[in-house]
Amino acid sequence: MNQPASAYFIEERHDPNETHTLSVLVQNEPGVLARVIGLFSGRGYNIESLTVSETESQKHLSRITIVTTGTPMVIEQIKHQLDRMIPVYRVVDMTLTRRSIERELAMVKVRGQGEHRVEALRLADAFRARVIDATTESFVFEITGNTDKINQYIDLMRPLGLVEVSRTGVAAIGRGPEGM
Amino acid sequence: MSDKSHDPNQMTGAAMIVRALIDHGVTDIFGYPGGAVLPIYDEIFQQSEVQHILVRHEQGAGHAAEGYARSTGKPGVALVTSGPGATNMVTPLTDALMDSIPLVCISGQVPTHLIGNDAFQECDTVGITRPCTKHNWLVRDVNDLAKVLHEAFYVATSGRPGPVLVDVPKDVQFATGTYHPPRKSDVHRSYAPRVKGDATQIRKAVALLANAKRPVIYSGGGVINSGPEATRLLRELVEVTGFPITSTLMGLGAYPASGKNWLGMLGMHGTYEANMTMHDCDVMLCVGARFDDRITGRVDAFSPGSKKIHIDIDPSSINKNIRVDVPIIGDCGNILGDILQVFKAEAKKPDIKAWWQQIAQWRARNSLYYRKSNDVILPQHAIQSLFEATRGKDTYITTEVGQHQMWAAQFFGFEEPHRWMTSGGLGTMGYGLPAAVGVQVAHPDSLVIDIAGDASVQMTMQEMSTAVQYELPIKIFILNNQYMGMVRQWQQLLHGNRLSHSYSEALPDFVKLAEAYGGVGIQVHKPGDLDGAIQEMISVKRPVLFDCRVAALENCFPMIPSGKAHNEMLLPEQANDEATAKAFAGGKALV
Repeated sequence: MNQPASAYFIEERHDPNETHTLSVLVQNEPGVLARVIGLFSGRGYNIESLTVSETESQKHLSRITIVTTGTPMVIEQIKHQLDRMIPVYRVVDMTLTRRSIERELAMVKVRGQGEHRVEALRLADAFRARVIDATTESFVFEITGNTDKINQYIDLMRPLGLVEVSRTGVAAIGRGPEGM
Repeated sequence: MSDKSHDPNQMTGAAMIVRALIDHGVTDIFGYPGGAVLPIYDEIFQQSEVQHILVRHEQGAGHAAEGYARSTGKPGVALVTSGPGATNMVTPLTDALMDSIPLVCISGQVPTHLIGNDAFQECDTVGITRPCTKHNWLVRDVNDLAKVLHEAFYVATSGRPGPVLVDVPKDVQFATGTYHPPRKSDVHRSYAPRVKGDATQIRKAVALLANAKRPVIYSGGGVINSGPEATRLLRELVEVTGFPITSTLMGLGAYPASGKNWLGMLGMHGTYEANMTMHDCDVMLCVGARFDDRITGRVDAFSPGSKKIHIDIDPSSINKNIRVDVPIIGDCGNILGDILQVFKAEAKKPDIKAWWQQIAQWRARNSLYYRKSNDVILPQHAIQSLFEATRGKDTYITTEVGQHQMWAAQFFGFEEPHRWMTSGGLGTMGYGLPAAVGVQVAHPDSLVIDIAGDASVQMTMQEMSTAVQYELPIKIFILNNQYMGMVRQWQQLLHGNRLSHSYSEALPDFVKLAEAYGGVGIQVHKPGDLDGAIQEMISVKRPVLFDCRVAALENCFPMIPSGKAHNEMLLPEQANDEATAKAFAGGKALV
């Protein structure tokens, strides 16, 4: 490997990237989401998906679900970096627990007439998507599922007149009786 | 309802700030007034428990507070106004974050109803300082202020120390609310740094140490931050095990430089013996250091044959750059105590005579060698002379950043912690002079010397005025080679000797400059005059700019060229043009 003239050692990393889903329990206070996002942008980590909402309003707790990719070393760093932030209570790697359920919701707008319209409804039925708005030339479907299922549905809608999609991003929770 | 006018805890936000400082034992703060902090300055004017040091630029306040903190182990406090006052604090805050220095910055903010309106001297202070503080707060309600201030001090000083910032809008400073003294519930329940190390991990570590054939202890600034007990335990561990010890730039002084097991500093400009010991060891005990890139060199060739034990209070330091075998998370003082206890109960001093013989051979290479001259002062010689002249004195050293900093680390021997203040992580040129101001405020009767370069020192030169105002007899020992020496060294080694903008043209006359500030200027050219001039500098009880004219083209060796491993150091006697070109040959042709 040729090292360019640099004050830094420039390393090529060959470890394969992994995708992990992290659940982060935080104090819901001003700026907390900015801190989390700033950590990712500042340290060059990826965000594939991010959802956040207050989950326990009396205790002012919010739950952030982040889907991120990186080498195992980077994923470990991300967890530690999140965990040491002052308003962060807990970080759980849902992917490592292998016992988590992940869901996201998408609203999919499709515009078309005739046979395309019928086909869109048929596929919606197969994917258990619901019609939540309709005009004579369009539908809005609501679909819930894991990321792959939603991607697949959107791909199928494309030739049928896909107009636009709005997605919530992934929310995750562990199976069984225990909380995070 | 009780009559609130007689409640001593009813006060304005501005009064709460001063009260909280007093309650946290703060006696000195560094700051600069402005519109958004005038109510706080009004409170400062009406009391005498907290002394305020007026700097000449907010960056100076930050570095002075850092020097104060680093030399005392107490948090440093800076007070600045909104807008430019706050943005000027970004460098010291980042510096303190990188070097884990406890710093509490209080900044004024425009009144809450103007926030977001692009008001005069408004900036998004918490947004700007979020990535350069351990935590920060914007206080919108005066009744939250006491809690936030107490939490700020706790966060700054506990766990891995670091800078915090509390942004207080002017209307909150004027508003009246209820103050309470510090209490436990002031702190986020989510913040609980781990202190005690895991017992199983400690046993694993002791087993490795007890069976080591080629061990090394690599200590860092964390030992000093942990407090005097950690330093004592580190020294005891070296004594009990007989292991060799090296340290990072930030860790100098935890183990005495005169100690027989001392290898000198490691890393890019560390000694040959320290780096070779690191490279060839079989067990490495890293205490409160973070495997920084200036330390490791090429990471895939870093100490390839060793089992690594890593003690750190910050879990994110573990496995960040280098995979370790036995991580122990917690306070290094606490964990060193546990390791010693188990070691003394269950292990014997390992026989590592052969290892010491090997180390002696590396030492014999004399990697800090330089050729003295009778005509011109060599910078290394200047530092050695300064060290000799201050031996046995109550001395504190600060530095700027560059060649002089590395020479100071190499040639000035530190016997105790908290005596060495330098910008390690961020590498802030201009750190040393204001840091010396802070150190001198904390230790008015001690000898405080900033070992400086001619380029760095000009970045915060205005703080000479602060030193003169408060009669702080700091000594600014400038190794003047008329270059940004380290920049030039890299240009010579890596950029075909094209010295792009690294020559200091139009240098000021430092003697006249000192006099203009009301200080004392001394200039020395000849090696024969050096010792006398240093004595003169020490005996003057006023701020001194010491213009030490040194060999202009001297470079800093030994050196691990970038992309190379610890065992590929370039030693001074090898640093001729051909060897240098070969060592640095990589993707780019060299002259």
